[in-house]
Amino acid sequence: MVIEKAVLAIITMNKAKVSGGAPIFICENMDELHKTAANLEAITDGIAHALSDELFIIVKH
Amino acid sequence: MNEYTMPIVFGVVVGTIARMIMLRTDYRQYPTYLHGKIIHVALGFIAASLGAVAVPAIMEMNFTAVTFLTVAATQFREVRNMERNTLSEIDDYELVSRGKAYIEGIAISFESRNYLVILTAFVGTLFYLIWNVYIAIIGAFICLIISKVLQSGSTIRDLVEIEYAPPHFDGAGLYVDNIYIMNIGLPERQEEILKYGMGFVLTPKNINVVNTIAHLGQRQAILHDVSVSLGVFRDSGTPALVPLIKRDLDDGRIGVFILPQIRDKDKAMKIIGAVPVLETAIRMPSKSNTRNREVN
Repeated sequence: MVIEKAVLAIITMNKAKVSGGAPIFICENMDELHKTAANLEAITDGIAHALSDELFIIVKH
Repeated sequence: MNEYTMPIVFGVVVGTIARMIMLRTDYRQYPTYLHGKIIHVALGFIAASLGAVAVPAIMEMNFTAVTFLTVAATQFREVRNMERNTLSEIDDYELVSRGKAYIEGIAISFESRNYLVILTAFVGTLFYLIWNVYIAIIGAFICLIISKVLQSGSTIRDLVEIEYAPPHFDGAGLYVDNIYIMNIGLPERQEEILKYGMGFVLTPKNINVVNTIAHLGQRQAILHDVSVSLGVFRDSGTPALVPLIKRDLDDGRIGVFILPQIRDKDKAMKIIGAVPVLETAIRMPSKSNTRNREVN
């Protein structure tokens, strides 16, 4: 089976809510969160999805 | 020169003309330019020769000679393979891909057009030999018209009502009307999408159409045609800006989300309406016996 989608990175301001296999980026504020997500999106050719205001994931489709 | 020379030449000429008429370079950009065209006109010439030569073969009671038409069938199946391979190779490099179903549709039409050429050449030569050149011209002309009619199938406009519905966000979710398209997290991406994106809702006109427009290949064909005609606001490595079509599971409507460079509502609606209905996507549930028995 070929895995078509994968979570490449997790960007969050709330460390308590995340854990697991993907790289986790912890940010101080919303601005940093958005910038990190935008950069990672561009670098990984993925899409930044918002699960909540303080939790973003980068997914490769 | 013998009695068959002129009829055969006539058949070959009208057959080749038929192929040239059916060979259009339009917004699909295929076949592209000179070389692609030469290949197809040459193959059309071969097809026309086969159709034209078959008539004298039958008249000379040389029935086994007609079996070479089976060679023609093999030959043109090969044409279909060639088209399919070429287009599949190129498809990876399209910003918005054609999709396998669309490619198959194009390949099928290349094969079938060659058979129409054989028919035209056959009729031309046959009428010439039975009656005279004038009736042959009329016969060939009728064949050309038939070819032209058979060439174009129905379009999306015949199947659905197209409405404009501006895309909007509910939290991170992007919607066209009430159809969920995708999750976009970054605020600046959301702004881009609201600025450049356009949404359309296609409402099926009857039950047969619901499955046809739900077909993934048909949906990809719509996206490809719109992107080719109106341009596309994206680059490689920006999957967030990919045009998408999603379906409303309740009533089978589909929501088209596109990011064109030319943002003209009416033009976009016309282009969506002109997308060909793929033969492979057509479903006819109303013709299913079991279903009809249960319904009645």
